[in-house]
Amino acid sequence: MLHDRDRIFTNLYGIHDWRLVGARKRGDWDGTKAILEKGRDGIIVEMKESGLRGRGGAGFPTGLKWSFMPKEVGDRPHYLVVNADEGEPGTCKDRDILRHDPHKLIEGCLIAGFAMGAHTAYIYVRGEFHNESNNLEAAVEEAREAGLLGKDACGSGWAFDVIVHRGAGAYICGEEMALIESLEGKKGQPRLKPPFPANMGVWGCPTTVNNVESIAVAPTILRRGAGWFSGLGRPKNTGTKVFCISGHVENPCNVEEEMGIPLRELIKKHAGGVRGGWDNLLAVIPGGSSVPCVRASTCDNLPMDFDSLAEVRSGLGTAAVIVMDKSTDIIAAIARLSKFYAHESCGQCTPCREGTGWMWRVMERLVKGEAHIEEIDTLLDVAGQVEGHTICALGDAAAWPIQGLIRNFRPEVEARILSYQKSASHAPAGTAKETKAEPAKETEAA
Amino acid sequence: MPTLTIDGEEITVEDGLTVMQACEQAGVEIPRFCYHDRLSIAGNCRMCLVEMERSPKPIASCAMPAGEGMVIKTNTPLVKKAREGVMEFLLINHPLDCPICDQGGECDLQDQAMAYGRGSNRYTENKRAVKDKDLGPLVSTIMTRCIHCTRCIRFATEIAGVEELGATGRGEHMEITTYVESALTSELSGNLVDLCPVGALTSKPYAFAARSWELTKTETIDVHDAVGSNIRVDARGGAAMRVLPRLHEGVNEEWISDKTRHAVDGLSRQRLDTPYVREDGKLRKATWDEAFEAIKARVERTEGGKIAALAGDLADAESVFALKGLMTSLGSTNIDCRQDGAALDTATRAGYLFNTTIAGIEDADAVLLVGTNPRWEAPLINARFRKRYLMGGFQAGVVGEVHDLTYPATHLGAGPATLSEILAGINEFAKVLKAADRPIIVVGQSALTREDGAAVLGLARAIAEKFGMITDGWNGFNVLHTAAGRVGALDLGFVPGEGGKDTNAIINAAGEGAIEILYLLGADEIAMNDLGKAFVIYQGHHGDAGAHRADVVLPGAAYTEKDATYVNTEGRVQRTSRALFAPGDAREDWSILRALSEKLGQTLPYNSLNELRAAMIEAVPTFGELDAPATAAWGDFGKNGDVSDAPFVSPITDFYMTNPICRSSETMAECSTLYIQKTPRTGTDG
Repeated sequence: MLHDRDRIFTNLYGIHDWRLVGARKRGDWDGTKAILEKGRDGIIVEMKESGLRGRGGAGFPTGLKWSFMPKEVGDRPHYLVVNADEGEPGTCKDRDILRHDPHKLIEGCLIAGFAMGAHTAYIYVRGEFHNESNNLEAAVEEAREAGLLGKDACGSGWAFDVIVHRGAGAYICGEEMALIESLEGKKGQPRLKPPFPANMGVWGCPTTVNNVESIAVAPTILRRGAGWFSGLGRPKNTGTKVFCISGHVENPCNVEEEMGIPLRELIKKHAGGVRGGWDNLLAVIPGGSSVPCVRASTCDNLPMDFDSLAEVRSGLGTAAVIVMDKSTDIIAAIARLSKFYAHESCGQCTPCREGTGWMWRVMERLVKGEAHIEEIDTLLDVAGQVEGHTICALGDAAAWPIQGLIRNFRPEVEARILSYQKSASHAPAGTAKETKAEPAKETEAA
Repeated sequence: MPTLTIDGEEITVEDGLTVMQACEQAGVEIPRFCYHDRLSIAGNCRMCLVEMERSPKPIASCAMPAGEGMVIKTNTPLVKKAREGVMEFLLINHPLDCPICDQGGECDLQDQAMAYGRGSNRYTENKRAVKDKDLGPLVSTIMTRCIHCTRCIRFATEIAGVEELGATGRGEHMEITTYVESALTSELSGNLVDLCPVGALTSKPYAFAARSWELTKTETIDVHDAVGSNIRVDARGGAAMRVLPRLHEGVNEEWISDKTRHAVDGLSRQRLDTPYVREDGKLRKATWDEAFEAIKARVERTEGGKIAALAGDLADAESVFALKGLMTSLGSTNIDCRQDGAALDTATRAGYLFNTTIAGIEDADAVLLVGTNPRWEAPLINARFRKRYLMGGFQAGVVGEVHDLTYPATHLGAGPATLSEILAGINEFAKVLKAADRPIIVVGQSALTREDGAAVLGLARAIAEKFGMITDGWNGFNVLHTAAGRVGALDLGFVPGEGGKDTNAIINAAGEGAIEILYLLGADEIAMNDLGKAFVIYQGHHGDAGAHRADVVLPGAAYTEKDATYVNTEGRVQRTSRALFAPGDAREDWSILRALSEKLGQTLPYNSLNELRAAMIEAVPTFGELDAPATAAWGDFGKNGDVSDAPFVSPITDFYMTNPICRSSETMAECSTLYIQKTPRTGTDG
């Protein structure tokens, strides 16, 4: 279990002052100038050494991402874009950072921006985060007034400003390319890659898009050293992570923990355990709605980090742990996710636009059992046709929960279909005729 | 020059190509819906997915730049399955109404479903239905068929320059729409129909008229403006059903204007299908012989100096050549092809051509538009200007009327005074022209059809010379014509000969009785009421102004009904091909003149079209060089003189009503009502 001394987000629950005075007491903005004096390369090397992997879901090494930015600033300015469009169902970690620890994020923006040669950071905040945006905007204003941002940010000589941009609440705008489009004032639809944002991002300029948490942890990593951060967790899965535990637990919560903490321990220590006891657990979606669920039997000894979850064919994602006990209709739960993805598909590319709706409709029938057994394989095939064939990862995200369901709960799905077919009133056309025909024959014979 | 391996074959391609283009060069066909050569890359249909070594997912070949050492596979089971998957997705919500769909038979979706689809359907849910949109009188929408390739949006935004189409809604609810349900205000909107890979956007006037396989397709040239767009006329049973563009990089690329495309119904209305002779003040049907006799009777008692001829906007070079020959043998020098009275000077060929060439616009970096609205006078030249503007580093200045040209243009002034300022270097735009490497000037007809037209032309020439528009290998002086027949007639010297009268003088003389016979070769745009008691012979194909005034009507052939030569505004000689026969007794125009000449005892020295063409090429050698833009030498033209302060006034007040063919077209009338007269639709007007 993570020691208090190793916590990065010391005001995750908002019990302290989120403003600059309080943030400074917790160590934010301490020696920022000295960090910047390490230079661009120094910062990037240290970030690489810390082993920090992006906290937005894909887990791409943050230091490496920063290093993709052009070394020299050419005629196009560089931009840092912070993705605060936290919309992944089950996930609510960025929200708490925005409202309770905004200065960590702003300081991170300065450091990350400096490290990639950017003078401007955009923070794209999800439209629904009204109060969070207010806090963030107030914090940015405080930082400007205190000279932490501005023409000479923290006395470093580096001009830097942060612009808070409010989204309009579309899930797809959390995809980095759609976010950039939306930021430019266009319809939020992912752009094709390549070109990658490090080459052609906002306004066609080199851009790096990072998750809120990835940026917010950067100052502490650089203050305490890469060694400290990489000493936490497991190799390649280092550091701490904010987990969002929701669902059928006694005490749903956000908690910062060490990477690789066993799932069972995480739920027991911080969320008060599964409702009705560990044996009442049915399944867990360990990383937000996009990742496949895992059965309870797999959860007994499951380290919560990128690689361990990939081994069980799921993923850490945003570390939003959705716990489902045995009262859950798992088919209905996944069908609800399918509806979400059908609703949030941007409609740009064919497999996702057409496939998400198709999958959702089949899922709705599977909930009732109103289907043929073969349709399970058709559904899997359709999911496979969506997965990997789309412009962005939303297609994958729509396919994975369904694939996870069928992989882990196929007997349940089949049983639902069979029981539906057995009930006479719902029997498929073919079966109904037979049952009706038989008594008729008997009367004739009589 | 990256070298990549495509299906096991190594190929080296130019830099900057995409994987799809490299595959095409390697002879491998990649199916696609959203990709189009002339539009930006959207990559949204996912039909072009191919396998790339070291990539975990299949890649969209239309968007992936070809790179050194790439190994591309297009014939693997994964690619086959991906294509089947995309086809299946496209079809689940596409109505299978091919039997009642106008796109049937020429539908990308149909063809590719046959080639790459699964052949069966696993989708058992309800299909989506989408409300149709009103895009105006030319484009019909059946939006349920839309596959969201966004080609139409990209065309409207990028090529046509009207940001009026877009997508609203998300996911399955995404719809292509005009946002505010109004007709598209573009002269190029018909091209949306060609671009749409399915039957979502179809031609409204052509709706349910014919099937593509029933049509006889003839490749020919358009005459509705002086661009000389390359077109294909699709005919069935003696009627031209539709006009489609043909690819010509130098002229129209692969677009045509709405007038070119949709005036086609005018070809079967108001046609002159028999000769007429005026008796007792009324025109009566006559035989060719009667008509010729009537002319002969009149000509025999008139001396040559009292005979005049005007060639109209749609007159082909052959008939103009024949008419000039006839007039010469009758002893008349009163001939003119400039029925609008434009002060064009035939002394130097470069003085009346679009010397930069249409494709050359892409090399220009500044343009001064003088008395022209290219958007109406030549929509495809305007589209080139927009294309050039989108390439960046291009400035346009306008002297004349203010119009939305679809690209930013600085309005410098309204009349010739501004030209003098520019020449004197006291106008801001003079600096732009001076700084430009390849500046051009475009002089429109409204600058020339004035009393001081020759002086304006001289002023334009002076500007061209002063600002370095005329250099080795670059000629930035351009005249933008509006009439398809004009340049050809000017080349043939169909202008007043020695002591001859020009258009205005002919009309005045006719009014005063000094001209007794006036031969109108398709000339309809003159003031017919001012012709006094002159004996008017009208040769043409439509019962328009000229035929109404005429004493003898000789029915000719429209551009789709004859093999004829036209020279476009660049000086590019192009030939039409006969797609159908002229109606009734109407004949090809040159043969009418040949027959008349024989009747009048002045037999023209050729018995076939080939002989005529040989004679024409001998007289004017430029007619021998087909499909080559002009490289005319610079010389002296125009006049030095005083110019008035009167502003330039556009000769075209209604884009859709510029010649007898489009004036006879119901479709064009509808467009005119909606776009030009802007008559509000009340809901009870049918």
